[in-house]
Parts: sequence; C-alpha cells; structure tokens
Amino acid sequence: MTSQFSDRKYVIIVIFSAIILIFLTRLFYIQLIDDQYKLTARNQAFRYMVDYPARGNVFDRKGKRLVYNQAAYDLIVIPRQVKKLDTAEFCKVLSIDRKIFLKRMEKAILPPNSSRKPSIFEKEISIEHSSILQEKLYKFPGFFLQPRTLRKYPEPIAPHLLGYVGEVSEKITDTSSYYMDGDYIGISGLEKAYEKVLRGIKGTHIEVVDVHNRPQGSYMNGMYDTAAVAGKDIVCTIDAKLQAYGEKLMLNKIGSVVAIEPSTGEILAFISSPGYDPNLMVGSALPKNYKILQQDTLKPLFNRALMASYPPGSIFKLINSLVGLQEGTLTPENLYPCRGGYPIMGGKPKCHAHSSPRDLVGAISTSCNSYFCYVFRGIIDAKKFGTTKKGYEVWRNHVLTFGLGKPLGSDLPYELRGNVPSIEYYMKKFFGKNDFKSSTIVSLSIGQGELGILPLQMANVMCIIANRGFYYIPHTIKSIDGKSIDQLGFRKKQITTINPKHYEIVVEGMAKVVESGTAAMQKIDSVPYCGKTGTAQNPHGKDHSVFVAFAPKENPKIAISVVVENAGFGSQFAAPVASLMMELYTTDTIKRPEVEKRMFEMDLIHKIQPIKKQ
Amino acid sequence: MSREQKNIFQNIDWIITGLFLLLVLLGWLNIYAAVYNDDHNNILDISQKYGKQMMWIAGALIIAIVVLIFDANFFTAFPYPIYIASVLSLIAVIFFGTEVSGSKSWFRFGDFGLQPAEFGKFAVCLALAKYMSAMNTRVEHFQTKVIAFSIVLFPALLIVLQKEAGTALVYTTFIFVLFREGFSGNILLGGFFTTLLLLSALLVNKTVLVILLALIAAVISFAIWVSSRNRKKAKRVIWAVFALLIIASGAVLGVDRAFSKMKPHQKTRINVFLGKEVSKDMKKKAGYNVNQSLIAIGSGGFSGKGFLQGTQTKYNFVPEQSTDFIFCTVGEEWGFLGSAFILFLFLALILRILFIAERQRSSFSRIYGYGVASILFFHVTVNVGMTIGLAPVIGIPLPFFSYGGSSLWAFTILLFIFIKLDSNRLLILR
Ligand SMILES: [Zn+2]
Repeated sequence: MTSQFSDRKYVIIVIFSAIILIFLTRLFYIQLIDDQYKLTARNQAFRYMVDYPARGNVFDRKGKRLVYNQAAYDLIVIPRQVKKLDTAEFCKVLSIDRKIFLKRMEKAILPPNSSRKPSIFEKEISIEHSSILQEKLYKFPGFFLQPRTLRKYPEPIAPHLLGYVGEVSEKITDTSSYYMDGDYIGISGLEKAYEKVLRGIKGTHIEVVDVHNRPQGSYMNGMYDTAAVAGKDIVCTIDAKLQAYGEKLMLNKIGSVVAIEPSTGEILAFISSPGYDPNLMVGSALPKNYKILQQDTLKPLFNRALMASYPPGSIFKLINSLVGLQEGTLTPENLYPCRGGYPIMGGKPKCHAHSSPRDLVGAISTSCNSYFCYVFRGIIDAKKFGTTKKGYEVWRNHVLTFGLGKPLGSDLPYELRGNVPSIEYYMKKFFGKNDFKSSTIVSLSIGQGELGILPLQMANVMCIIANRGFYYIPHTIKSIDGKSIDQLGFRKKQITTINPKHYEIVVEGMAKVVESGTAAMQKIDSVPYCGKTGTAQNPHGKDHSVFVAFAPKENPKIAISVVVENAGFGSQFAAPVASLMMELYTTDTIKRPEVEKRMFEMDLIHKIQPIKKQ
Repeated sequence: MSREQKNIFQNIDWIITGLFLLLVLLGWLNIYAAVYNDDHNNILDISQKYGKQMMWIAGALIIAIVVLIFDANFFTAFPYPIYIASVLSLIAVIFFGTEVSGSKSWFRFGDFGLQPAEFGKFAVCLALAKYMSAMNTRVEHFQTKVIAFSIVLFPALLIVLQKEAGTALVYTTFIFVLFREGFSGNILLGGFFTTLLLLSALLVNKTVLVILLALIAAVISFAIWVSSRNRKKAKRVIWAVFALLIIASGAVLGVDRAFSKMKPHQKTRINVFLGKEVSKDMKKKAGYNVNQSLIAIGSGGFSGKGFLQGTQTKYNFVPEQSTDFIFCTVGEEWGFLGSAFILFLFLALILRILFIAERQRSSFSRIYGYGVASILFFHVTVNVGMTIGLAPVIGIPLPFFSYGGSSLWAFTILLFIFIKLDSNRLLILR
C-alpha cells in the first residue's frame, strides 16, 4: 500500500544529510577559518597580567647604594565594575575634581582601553597615601591598587651619569616586541646604557575571569605563564664621595669634571654642572620637572662632559709636543724664542711675559704659545713629508690615536665625537686649489681654531700621558650582578702611535707646571702631580678655564679634566677644583681648607646671571 | 521464533541503543563541564545540574526498561487514549502550571519540574501512526489530510497558548512523515515557503507584504488567463490562487498578531536573527547569546581546548549553556573534531531509525519511526543551528544532551517505544 512512496525515503535522507553537511561547513568556517572568535574569546576570558620585575640597584665602586626602588601603587580601574560610586567622596580621597574624574573615566573606557580591561586611573600613589586609600577602597568597587616600583636616589648626585627612567615612547612600543604602553625604560645615562641588565624580564600570567570579570584563577595551571626575572644589580666605577665633593666644588659654576683611573679606564667622577636632583626625574613628576629643567637657561639637562665640545686650548700643546718628539722634528733641547708672541708671524699668536728662549719643559710649564707654533709648523712643514698636506695628515693620524675626533666608545649613551679637522675640511674652507699652508692653521699649535675636544676626551688624554702611551676605553661599569665585565671590551689596551719614551719629558713639563708653572698655586702636600692649564676660546663670551692633570706623578691613581665655563684662565678656577679632587682621592683628606672654602663659595653663575636678568 | 519474548532485550536494535547511551553519556559530560567549578565537583552533587542530570539519566534508563517491558501491543492499541491524556495535560498546565520566565508550561514538584509539551511529541507520533496506518485511511482523501493535520496541530496550538512558541514549532517536522506516507511533494515545498513567508512576515511591514502578495497573485492570474486555452480550468486555477492569497494574507496578519503577543525576550531574539532594527539595549542582550555562542564554538578551533578547559562556557559567557546552548561546550572543549563527531552521531542515529523504519512490516511502526526521526532531526537542526547562528534562537533542547529531565525522559520514551516496536517486528504478521 505504501511501497509506492518508499523511494521518498531518499528525499528525506538527502535533506537530513544536506543540513548536517551545511552545519559541518559552518563549523569548519567558524572553528578553523575565522580567527575573530578565538581572539574575542581571549579578550573576554583572559586577563594578561604583567608582572613587573624589580629594577636592578646601582652601587658605587665602594658598594654605596646610588639607586634603588621605592614601592608605590597605581590605582587601577575596571570601568565595568564601577558601581554606585560616590563620586564626590572618591574625588575627595584622591584630591581631584569631578572634571578630572570624568576625563579619566572616559580615557579608561575609550580605545585602546575598554570598560572590561583594567587601566591606570592614577599613577604612583605613595605608600602613605595608598594606605589611606586602601582603607576606603571597599567603597569604590572597580578600583584597586597595583604595586609599582619607582626609582629612588638616596644621594642626589651624578644625575647625568645615572640617567633616568621614564615611560616608554610610542616610537619604541611600535617597534619593540618587549615594551608596552605604560612601561618604563632607561632614557639616559646608566639607566639607558644598562637597560636590559637593570630592567630584568617582565613576566606575564594569564588570569581567567568569568563573565562578571571576577578572577577565576590561572589558565591551565599557569602553563602559559612566564615568571618575571628580576633586574640585575650593577656596580659602577664612580666614587660617590669624590663625585659628591666634585659636585659641591662645581656648585654655582658652569662646566664639567671627568676623573678616570688611568690604570683601568674606570670613570671615578663624572660631573656636568649645573646638575639637578635625580629624584626630580621620577615617575609622574617627570614630565613636569623635565619641562622646567629643559627651559632653564643654564641647561642642567645638558651633559657637558660628553656633549660639550671645546677648543682645548693650551692642554693641546702636550699632544703637539709628543707628535713632534715622535716625528723627530722636536727634541727636548730645542730652544725657540718668544717675544710676547710668535715672532715669525708678526707676534701672533700672542704670548704672556716670560723669559725666552725656552726648552720644551720650560715651554710646557709656562705654556708658551710661540714655542708650540714652532713645534707644530716644524712637524707639518717637515721636509721628509714632501708637502705640508702630507705633514698634516701624519700629524692628524697621531692625534687621532689619542682618542680624539671620534667617540671613545664609552658605555654612556649620547657620546659625541669632538673634532680634529680633516684635510678635506681645510681645503674646502681655506685653500681651494692653493697650497696647504701651515701658517693658516697655526692656531692648532695652541689648541685653538676648529679643534673640538670633549671633557671626557681631555681626561682620557691625561690617562694616556699618565700611562705613558696607552689608555683603556673610559667606562662606568665595574661589575654586573657580582660578575666582572671582562667581555665588554673595556680591558683592551688602546695604544697611541707615540713611543712611550717620549712621554717622560712631557710628564716632566707637566710636573713643572705644578711645581713652578701656571698651576704653582695648587700644589698638593706630599702628592707631586702633573697638570696643564688651558684656556678654551669662547666666541660667545668670556673664555673657559680648563685644567687637566693626573696624580701622583708616578703610578698615577687619578687623571682628571676640569672645565669651568666663562671663568678665564685655567689656573684660576679649573686648577683648584681639579687639585682639590685629586687631593681628596689620593690622600682622603683636604689640607687646604682655605682653597676649598673659596671654591665652595665661588659663584660664577649669579655673577653672570644678574647682567642677563636686568 | 516463539511468540512470547523471553528477554526484554531480545531483538532490540543495539546500534540505536548504543548511540542513545553514548549521546546521553556525552551529554552528561558536557553538562558537567559547563557547570563544573572547583568548589563543586562531586559528580553526584544533587545541588548541581550534573548531579541532577545523573538522576534524570538513571530515571531515563528505568523508563527505557519499563517501555521495553510493556507489550508492544499496548502502544499499537492505545495511541488515542495516550494522545487524549497528553492533550488534557497540555490543557491542564495552562490552568494549573507554574509560570517560569513568562511561560506557563511546567508542573512543579518541589525542586523538579515536568513539561507536558515534551511528552506531547510521542503522543502525537503514536496517534499519527495509528491514524495513518488504519486500514480505511486513504491519503488521497481530503478528509485524511484534515484529520492528519489536526492531530499534529491541535497540541501545537495548546503549546502556543502556554507561550512556548518554540516547542510548538517542533510539530511542523511531521510534514516529513506525511510526505513519506504519500502526501503531495508540495508539502515540503509548502513547508519551505511557509517558513520563508513566516520569516518575511516578521521582516517586512505586513501591509506591504499583503499588497505584494496580492500583486503577485494578480500577475499569476493574468498570466494563466492569457496563456490558458481552457478558460474553465484557468478560472479554477485563478480561484485557487486567490484562495491562497487570502490564506497567505491571513497568515501574515496572524503572524504579526502572534508576534506582537510574544514575550518580549522571544520577540527580540527573533528580531535579532532577522536583522531587524530593535532598540539597541535589547539587541545587545538578545544578539549577545548568539554572539557568545559563536565565540565559544569558534574559539574551540580544530581539537578544542580540552575537557573542563573551556573558558567561555565555564565562566558563564554563554547563557543557558547547560540547556539550550549545550552544544557550545562541545564546540569549545572538543573543537571541530568533537562537534563533527556529535553531529555524526545524531545523523547516524536518525538515519538508523529511518533505515529500521523502512524495514518494518507494519506501517504503524514505520510511520512512528519516521515521526521519531523527524522530531530528533528538527531538534538537532534548530538547536545546533541557533548556536552557530544558522537558525533563530528558539528555546528547544538538544536531544539526550541538554540538561533537563522532561526532555530527556520524553526523548527516551519516544525512542524506546520505537525500539520496542522494532524488536517485535518479526512477531507481527502481515
Ligand atoms: Zn711665550
């Protein structure tokens, strides 16, 4: 009876199977092809919580703590969870007004934030304030405190060396896979140089939340979590006592001090004045304070020790002497006349009054300009080179081996190169198609003209002379996490092209500078040392006072360069600062309290400032 | 072969029984996963859904055995009394039922509830089988059609009155049975177009739709009139077209009225499915279910997140995850593999039932089997379809899977009556 319709079962079977097939296709699409559901699921159910490791501490060479972390709290908000908030009371507790409250809530809700995700409502609430807040937090559902560490500088010294930590820029977050919006990063100084060492490695843990955003524990027992790795402590080469003392001496003066241990290249003191209290450049106060410091006409943020390029003045005579000795165009016994200036070129450059003629040691100790014009021209005009141009090239190549005209390659960021003019530069500027003439560039004899040397390079030149012919690249790192830094390349001896035997006579000359020459006023009892005064030309105002030195004369422990801007002769300002610092470092005491007192009180800034203000 | 069965398990189809047991077990595991949390993980914890479901399953097994113990003749002899009892219970629940979220379809006994609508299905199945297999029933007769439709639609109407429109829709699935039994093939087309019409009635403004239908009818009539040589026959056809127009218009207006009487949550659910503009707040809430369901299933990927590792289902992102949206747990924790496997199990079960139905000597058993297969098919299609966004959100359970005693028991009875009928097929002559 019904068998006539039994073929219809196939129609039904086909319909049933077809629909199941459609479903399978759909499942295939949403489960295997379309990724959006997986992403949305993660966004909904996972909170990727970042665990911030403690940033490494920084110690000075004697183990004194220079930088550590201070706990603070960020107030976090999850807008969805904010319910029945007494806005007035909330604002009162945080001491903000309603407008700010609404603005921040808006920011927390709008992309890239969202009302489901936690975002920072207020940063860096101090421990004291946070404990008050914590008590009232139960009244404000949706808000909670998250610990965060801030840098703290127990002694407000060495801001330019230590650098600072700030919020990472968009430029970095865009290109880096590590940094995320709101992270902190070393922006300058050691904090930047050793960022990777100090920061440690962030950890993440995935927290699963339910539909009401209530935490439900970790995902897969933390299988995909990564533990934070704490930042490593570093010991820097700075002597905090010397650094602090130097900063005190440089108070109210513009300039810089760099002190290096010649036998290792370790930077002992690194001062750029005026400086600032590094505690100003911390956390949420940073942008405001940065702006204030940036607008300061004395440029406290400017790292003069690394970034100010000065014509070195008379201290460059030492290098010219060494090159002359090496090339055989000068012997220590050479005598050259001085008649208040360089006689060959009509008494220019000028010189001060002193007995004449003088030998090399005498010329160094009195810093005779005329003498070194003879020396310099003697080198580059030497017949053996054929042309002056060739002579200049030979001279320049010697000079470059003193670590000049290029970055030294220290571990501090933003190091400039200084300048030792190239032949091409001079040809273009002066000679064109004419012959290269030594008289045109005679100012190089006495360290003037186009020469540019950084205070760090000056101190390094002192290391070279102190070591009689070599240096180690100056650096500020002594050990990382208790391990030595042999692999960083600072242990390699950098040798000059000058035979070590030629150094002794220059050392003698520098000793004479202190015994009876231009720095005779700045002797240190029981510590014979070598120094050289200089006056760096300043086309914008009064010349800069420069002094370079190392002490003691034999087995030197410290090499130093001091620049005091707009202060005139090197002997007057730079030499006392350098000698006091060397005295402290080598003898651990100061036996010249009157000099110290004079330098502490000397105010070169406000002598200049009133003129500008009126 | 003796006339008396010695063993109630004798001759029962083990493939169907096996598939049934497997689906029930997998269903329970997924309910456990959906509800599971660390505080409550005792599988017999009666305060938790999986604990209760365990009891429902135990009850279902007992029911299955009881059904097998019954003499098969009981089911062939008493479909009408069973049907009448079922209809009475459907009426009674309208008056004496407990109201649960807007619907009055439950009898409550303390913590547990029974839903007569679930049991209506097998009653209709039996009654339809009885009527269609009767010696004097002739499919060609108009009267047969009226009665067959009435048997199906009367309980459906009562269920609509309980405000369970979703459950009532299940009864449309009997068109497959009627088709198999010789109703015109147009019944499937009709079913298809009715679905289309109902959906478009919800989508398009009713007046526009009625005018549109009238225009179509006029165009068709004109075409028939012009092209037909037999004017008398054409006249008849045109009358039929206009009769259809009136019925369609009535249906459209009826749908609109029924729709306006729907519970708000149902209304928004359907509107969201249709993409019709609703107030944003409501849209968010209704579309939210489907969206969360898609996210849960889609995030499962190829092989899923693993048993008890689902985040979307476990942490309540998916609403009604242990009942209507249980398939999300499958999709999330077992991925494409698991979802496909479950669908294959259902398809295998349904096709096996069809296969067995076809081998029955008695048309009663065959018709009943088709009824069972159609009901299962409708439930699977609509339930899984809504979780993957291919069907409107109608609150009907996934057979054997979804949490809930009434549906599990009802499906068990439905299925085991068929198993019983089949096991007896050799005993029935003719
Ligand atoms: Zn002179």
